[in-house]
Amino acid sequence: MTALHASVLLPFLFAAAVPFLYRVARPVHTGWFVLPVPLILFGFFLQYIPTVSAEATSASVPWIAALGIHFTVYLDGLSLLFALLITGIGCLVVLYSIFYLSREREALHNFYVYLLLFMGAMLGVVLSDHLLVLYTFWEITSFSSFFLIAYWFERRKSRQGAMKSLLITLTGGFAMLLGLLMLGHAAGSYSIRDIIAAGPFGAGGIYGSSGAGSAADAAANAAAGMTAAGAAGAALADHALFLPAMILILLGAFAKSAQFPFHIWLPDAMEAPTPISAYLHSATMVKAGVYLVARLTPVFGGAAEWTWIILSVGLATLFWGSFLAIRQIDLKAMLAFSTVSQLGLIMCLLGIGSAALRPGMPAGETMLFSAAVLAAVFHLLNHSVFKGCLFMVVGILDHELGTRDIRKLGGLIRYMPVSFTLMMIGAFSMAGLPPFSGYLSKEMFFAGVLGVLEGRAALDAGWWTAIVPLLAWIASIFTFIYSLTLIFRTFTGRLQPALLDKPPHEAPPGMLIPPVVLGALALVFFAAPNALAQAILEPSVRAVLPILPVGEGEDGLHISAWHGWASAELWMTVGVVLFGIFLYRNMNRWILIYNYLPAKWSFNRLFELGLAGMERVSMRVTRIYMTGFTGHYFGYIFVFLVLLAGTALIALDAVRFNFSGQAPVHWFEAVLGAALVASAVYLVYSRQRLVSIIVLSAVGFLVSLLFVNFRAPDLALTQFAVETISTCLFLLCFFFLPKMTERGAAGKSATGAAPTVASARPAEGTASRLRPARIDWPRLLISAGVGTVLTLIGLSAIGHRPFETISRYYENAFELAGARNIVNAIIVDFRGFDTMLEIVVLFMAGLGVYTLIKLRGTGSRVSGGGSGQKALKPEDRTLDIQE
Amino acid sequence: MKFTDVILHTALKMILFIILAFSVYLLFSGHHHPGGGFVGGLVTSAALVLLSIAFGSRAVREIVPVDFKLVGAAGILIAILTGCASLALGVPFLSHAHAEVHVPLIGRMELASALLFDIGVYFAVIGTTMTIIQTISEDE
Repeated sequence: MTALHASVLLPFLFAAAVPFLYRVARPVHTGWFVLPVPLILFGFFLQYIPTVSAEATSASVPWIAALGIHFTVYLDGLSLLFALLITGIGCLVVLYSIFYLSREREALHNFYVYLLLFMGAMLGVVLSDHLLVLYTFWEITSFSSFFLIAYWFERRKSRQGAMKSLLITLTGGFAMLLGLLMLGHAAGSYSIRDIIAAGPFGAGGIYGSSGAGSAADAAANAAAGMTAAGAAGAALADHALFLPAMILILLGAFAKSAQFPFHIWLPDAMEAPTPISAYLHSATMVKAGVYLVARLTPVFGGAAEWTWIILSVGLATLFWGSFLAIRQIDLKAMLAFSTVSQLGLIMCLLGIGSAALRPGMPAGETMLFSAAVLAAVFHLLNHSVFKGCLFMVVGILDHELGTRDIRKLGGLIRYMPVSFTLMMIGAFSMAGLPPFSGYLSKEMFFAGVLGVLEGRAALDAGWWTAIVPLLAWIASIFTFIYSLTLIFRTFTGRLQPALLDKPPHEAPPGMLIPPVVLGALALVFFAAPNALAQAILEPSVRAVLPILPVGEGEDGLHISAWHGWASAELWMTVGVVLFGIFLYRNMNRWILIYNYLPAKWSFNRLFELGLAGMERVSMRVTRIYMTGFTGHYFGYIFVFLVLLAGTALIALDAVRFNFSGQAPVHWFEAVLGAALVASAVYLVYSRQRLVSIIVLSAVGFLVSLLFVNFRAPDLALTQFAVETISTCLFLLCFFFLPKMTERGAAGKSATGAAPTVASARPAEGTASRLRPARIDWPRLLISAGVGTVLTLIGLSAIGHRPFETISRYYENAFELAGARNIVNAIIVDFRGFDTMLEIVVLFMAGLGVYTLIKLRGTGSRVSGGGSGQKALKPEDRTLDIQE
Repeated sequence: MKFTDVILHTALKMILFIILAFSVYLLFSGHHHPGGGFVGGLVTSAALVLLSIAFGSRAVREIVPVDFKLVGAAGILIAILTGCASLALGVPFLSHAHAEVHVPLIGRMELASALLFDIGVYFAVIGTTMTIIQTISEDE
């Protein structure tokens, strides 16, 4: 247990304390108690910055030692970057939420418990080394996100959005679990470190000798290692499960990071309170997929499939997200699509960067592609900063004015100058304009996509790769357009006070501080990108690309704002600005193209159709066998039993009779047996319910008499008691049942059918009464089958003695358990665990009966109540997503 | 269900206590003689069922004013905690211990942790049975 472990557990532990704090200290906003947690953790992680470039920190405690699952934390540059984002943005979001969420009206304890759960789980994701531990934390983030989206659960859209996000991310997560298991199986280890160290491409040398010098050396090593391992046949990349594992893991990562076509959950997730949208759904959780891709790049990166899948999915997401963002009229929906597209951008860069790991990659191209990874981590950081800022500003508008609809906003620059400035910083940083940090990473992004064209020979690709920079450039124009929309449609133009809930005014300082900090960071990062690069970005890049040579500052890891007049990136940016302004000004002319998008085939609609279809099909399948008649259900059970046990009996040739060594049948026993059979047969023919009950309990009591005869007093006692109670129960139940009818014509009971108790549906009673008298062959067959099979099993069990009897062990009950009653010693001591679980099951059954009877018919208690007081809540408007 | 049967009423007032005493006897004798928590619990429930047959289930509610769901839960809790006690002592879950002690006036007495576990079973059985019976009998 180290401080790193404690840092993951601290939010979880504090989450347990939050409800008490909420109850005890009602006058204080619960957020103030929560705020120190991310603050402390942020400080804690900051202290690793000076050392992380030199060495990674790692510590392990056993968790499920029997399965070899250890909670190993591993802190390298990439983990540290994410940990700082999680805790740093976490601080600001908690501070913001204190002013955003009302102390009087909101269920704050729920909010902060979920938030802390998320924080701990997300730290767990980025710090875990074991694949399955990572997966566990991964799913906890999905669930806490679910709870946070459904925070205002009385709204239908919140519930729907939460459900959608949960379904999509969990489905992806399930695929990912399969992929991780395959990977762990193929690699022989679940530790990411071990898998990377083993050299997935048979190049055991290349990652180990990162200090070996130039990339050419590394490539040579790779080639050498390739042949060596090829001889040994141990390379992970040659394993049959390598590609399936990769694809399944990517599915999980794409679903989590809202990549095309899984992006549809993210806009709906905007139903969450805005601090949550800023935190989970733009800055941290949705980047978990990006994290996983980056983390596993050393494992899979050398494969061409990895590069192309991520590159194309990222590019499609970038393009489609930015395209759809333009038509949004809800600011939050616009930011959601923008987040989708920016995540696609980062993904795309990671895909390009992974090509640097391909075995045999020339040195020049390696550097070219590694620059894309630097761009990815830099943009990841920038995106968290500017998007967090933007979300917070939109939250302020929403909170202070009561609307997020751009048709209602406008002309606010005079009333909200600080918000305007912040929105401008955030949006220009997103659009990639100087002097904001987004400009730098946007330039690097252009360099990265141009690198695909430039290095196409090394990628075994042709001229068609020109589509990559082209699409990226068009997407950037779209980004530029909606960035302008964000600023100018909101803050300039005509003020429409009639459409606003409240008169326009600036937000309180507490709400402005967090976005001001983020906006300032966007400027600071622009001013000193290389300090940042050295402190945290370079170690992160090194974690993604272990082959990168150490110690040379200039080669690719240098970030500069100016690349000279001849650089293509500069002209791409200029083009973006010119085209962007032109299109923005003429938006009315071309905005109509969105109407040509087939609404029928939108991904949302497909998702809903698929969901409804699945429900319909499963309902139909279920209806086939869930008929509501107990008789049918017994039929399934018994047919299954006969088929399974009967087949086993025949297949294993197990039918054997051996009566040697058995005591002779006493006349008393014969009489008892005859009485048993007689009462069982009578039960079938009896037509009165009371008689049936009495005959049934006669069977039970006769069996307990048999126990008495065999000198088993414990069994006899228990059977007697059970029989007594269950007879009473039968009487009680039958008291409520309708009059007994019989299958077949009344009076003629020579049908061999068991008397059916008419079920709750009266229809069956009438239907069966109308049926002509005949033998119910299926039932007869089933009952005969059950009787035969069970008798055969019983007799054969006596005939077989494959093992030594274990009853001798129990004869020492007095020595072992201090009990003279062996039966009791077995129940409470030798098999005590069984008994414990049995009473739990028994009690559950009792509770089940209680629930079914007492709690029925009160289904719609959730709705209503408190709707009046909720009316004043911010964001009580539903999101209007245009797709 | 309620019958106004004078004979049943009169007899029950005596029989009830005999049955209850017998059930407790069964519970405690289980260690060395036929019996145990399960049977004991069933016999106790049988006594209560008899009471409700004779005087109606409302009578049971008034005479034994406890929530039987809680009784069942308490039983399970006792059983599980007995198991956990052995964990606290560093031996595997549900290991039992027994000892003989001399108590003044009563004499030699045997104490066994298995009995505690059996008491848990006893209450779990009573709780479950009575929950089911009461639920069904009070349903309209």
